[in-house]
Amino acid sequence: MSSRRVVITGMGWVTPLGHDVDAVWARLMKGESGIGRVTRFEASTFSTNFAAEVRDFALEQFLPTAARHRHAGLNTRFALAAAARAWAQSGLAGAGLDPRRIGLYLGSGEGQLDFDNFVRANLAGWRAETRNIDGAAWARAAYQVMNANREVEQEPNACLGHVAAALGCRGPAFNCMTACAASTQAIGEAFEIIRRGDADAMFAGGAHSMIHPLGMTGFIRLTAMSGRRESPQTAARPFDRTRDGFVMGEGAGMLVLEALDSARKRGATPLAEIGGYGSSADAFRITDIQPDGKGAQAAMAQALRQAGINPREPGPDGRPPVHYISAHGTGTQENDRIETIAVKGVFGSLAPKVPFSSVKSMLGHLIQAAGAVELITCVQAIRTGWVPPTINLSNPDPECDLDYVPNAARDLRGQGGVETCLSNSFGFGGQNDTLLVRRFRE
Amino acid sequence: MSRDVVITGLGAVSGLGVGARALWDGLVAGRTGLGPLKRIDASGFRSRLGAEVNDFSAKDFVPKSYRKAVKVMARDIELAVGAAKLAVEDAGLITRAALPEGGDGRTTYPSDRMGCHIGAGLIAAETDELTSGLVTARNEAGLFELTRWGTGDGGGGGMNNLQPLWLLKYLPNMLACHVTILHGAEGPSNTITCSEASGLLSLGESLRVIQRDAADLCFSGGAESKINLMGLLRVDLMGRLAATGETTDPTEFIRPYDPAATGGLAGEAGGIVVLEEEAKARARGARVYARVSGFGAAQSPARPDGPVRGAEVQGMFESSGEGLADAARRALEDAQIGPERIDAIVPHAAGVPTVDGAEADALRAVFGARLREIPLITLSPAVGECWAGAGALQVAAGAMAIAERTLPARRHGGRPADDLQAGPAPSRRAELKHVLVCTSALGGQNAAIVLTAAS
Repeated sequence: MSSRRVVITGMGWVTPLGHDVDAVWARLMKGESGIGRVTRFEASTFSTNFAAEVRDFALEQFLPTAARHRHAGLNTRFALAAAARAWAQSGLAGAGLDPRRIGLYLGSGEGQLDFDNFVRANLAGWRAETRNIDGAAWARAAYQVMNANREVEQEPNACLGHVAAALGCRGPAFNCMTACAASTQAIGEAFEIIRRGDADAMFAGGAHSMIHPLGMTGFIRLTAMSGRRESPQTAARPFDRTRDGFVMGEGAGMLVLEALDSARKRGATPLAEIGGYGSSADAFRITDIQPDGKGAQAAMAQALRQAGINPREPGPDGRPPVHYISAHGTGTQENDRIETIAVKGVFGSLAPKVPFSSVKSMLGHLIQAAGAVELITCVQAIRTGWVPPTINLSNPDPECDLDYVPNAARDLRGQGGVETCLSNSFGFGGQNDTLLVRRFRE
Repeated sequence: MSRDVVITGLGAVSGLGVGARALWDGLVAGRTGLGPLKRIDASGFRSRLGAEVNDFSAKDFVPKSYRKAVKVMARDIELAVGAAKLAVEDAGLITRAALPEGGDGRTTYPSDRMGCHIGAGLIAAETDELTSGLVTARNEAGLFELTRWGTGDGGGGGMNNLQPLWLLKYLPNMLACHVTILHGAEGPSNTITCSEASGLLSLGESLRVIQRDAADLCFSGGAESKINLMGLLRVDLMGRLAATGETTDPTEFIRPYDPAATGGLAGEAGGIVVLEEEAKARARGARVYARVSGFGAAQSPARPDGPVRGAEVQGMFESSGEGLADAARRALEDAQIGPERIDAIVPHAAGVPTVDGAEADALRAVFGARLREIPLITLSPAVGECWAGAGALQVAAGAMAIAERTLPARRHGGRPADDLQAGPAPSRRAELKHVLVCTSALGGQNAAIVLTAAS
């Protein structure tokens, strides 16, 4: 049995550069940065005191039933808004699909810790003499200050529950947390679920915000974030020789994936087709990437193979068979160097000819939401024929010598536009995921 | 040509002991691991009974060269690492972590043909470790100040009290990360986080990965411990736990499907199952416990908002029976059998009346009047509620029941609904051809798996 083709029929995002797909795309084309000082909490003394925050966001503008989600955490609110936009674009509302045939696969992060109250309980329970927590004193304080609403909304599947409830989906439902790879993996698995016939449509994507005291603390301690406090807007500089880490972002990206037969039957317009998905684990070290990028190569190679593309063979127009790669491109020394090695390993001599940029230079790193947002940029590249730049790239790194589309968006329409893209996401902990998306053709 | 998938290894670390054999023997003997909590001072909690894992040290389950890494393992990770090692041994596999001395260095499977799907929960930061840092960032009035926490200009540097890799102790995907590193599994790897359904959803994803030829073998299941201050508080606030007060005998709180139940009791567990493509498993002469013949997942329809025990939102997305019934029907359809072929059920049996009620409704909808004739295998009376760790334990119990032709004993301290075989019963012999394993999650996710005796 040949498995079903899967197309994208709806997209929505909430990003540090705005909340409308076309408006944010226009800003990415201009190379704008969404990064600034942290306003969410008192971060003035944090060695990284800047981030890419979502601004001017109110769920009520996206969802008439926003009041039902009044306790929802920030990540869930982002997800609901992005999902509402994707839902509207897909036209699934009122299309008569059985809600049991519409599933969800999200790669959403946990909600934000009730930090102030957690600190209160911890300090109340602390015994200086023994340097540990007295459980009874902790519990007394905690029962007083913490509440069920704040706690349940932190659950890693709370976002999934809210989105399902808002849209009435009753198909297979999953949430995964593979760090920075999560929403790419979620979309890949959703694609497989439709291919197999276990659902006709799937909401797929992710939402996350780690712009909170312990989230920032965790990455500062890992020395994974940029410390360029004097110039936040140029701090995210993937592939630049002077890069010193990623910049935290937040937001959501949601897509409606649908079986082509279902989309056809109801006359929906496919925005693009998912052609392949690859997933692997580094199984190397908890803090380091395999130095030869073997895991990343495996993920890219699988996605290409599934789409029937030989990465080393130019297309009939003489161009490489992939016209754009959305890099994981975090801006850490290690990631960008090894991702470059991996792309060379897969594409061989064609690698320098494939535009390969990181929108994290503008949006920051949306952690679990990054992959979904970046896949949407690939679909936009296909729709418009333009590819987004890597900004802040002015000091070439001899070890990063591919075409990162430095500093200015590129118009590829004269060369035949953008037909096929790869989107890479690699998670801390070793999960590697790649999606292949291409122009839909009958 | 579909690829069949079988269970060839079981690893369990639970309140009944270390090893799937300890779990099974305990269930057959009708033992319970429930008792007063000792790993934490629970005297300030409303619920003070649970099923703790004792006599377990993760150091015993990793090679010497890896022992340092145990320092960055939260309890949940330790339980997963232990269960994975046990499953590998039980399956007779040679992996990177267990190369025999003087052997040729070859593993049973190539790295890229081994996948890993380990469900996890929200891992709470250890309060001792975190607070030892927080106290250094207090002002003169004794209040915590973020400016004293930062390490940049003008900061007090409080956060430097946390070990550099602090975050990695608590990321849910570090369960799979450590297991893939230890056993050299470079195939597809995922971390599903859907509360109580995480384990069964992970097993379902492993099944699909092997069926679609993306791997030949997967380490699959989950692990979680909420027997820590923050974890226990969270689930109590969500209305999941019985208020035990001073009582030290758990019996009166063991009452799944009893309308008079007041809540469940916390457990902690790691459960990892080795799923393997059948032809390859047979070719290497592996022992086969059972075939995984069907999987189904479904989201519950949102219920009207309304006050329930716990958070307000729980009125909206507590699982309903309809979602679980959908999942069970999909699993049966996937296994190409009707409900009349099911010989036993391993349900969630949470002991929370709203959850049990929805589950019982689902089973009634799927099995009709025959439900009263189908024996249930209930684990919560023995190991408590194990969240992400539960699914693989349920599957392990179902697979053992098939392989050993035995129904384990059941404990119950009250009176379950009349049409459910959930009351106390001794262990007995039984030929089981098909067993349904199912669960629902707070959040609305439901999952079901059909296990079938392998010929």
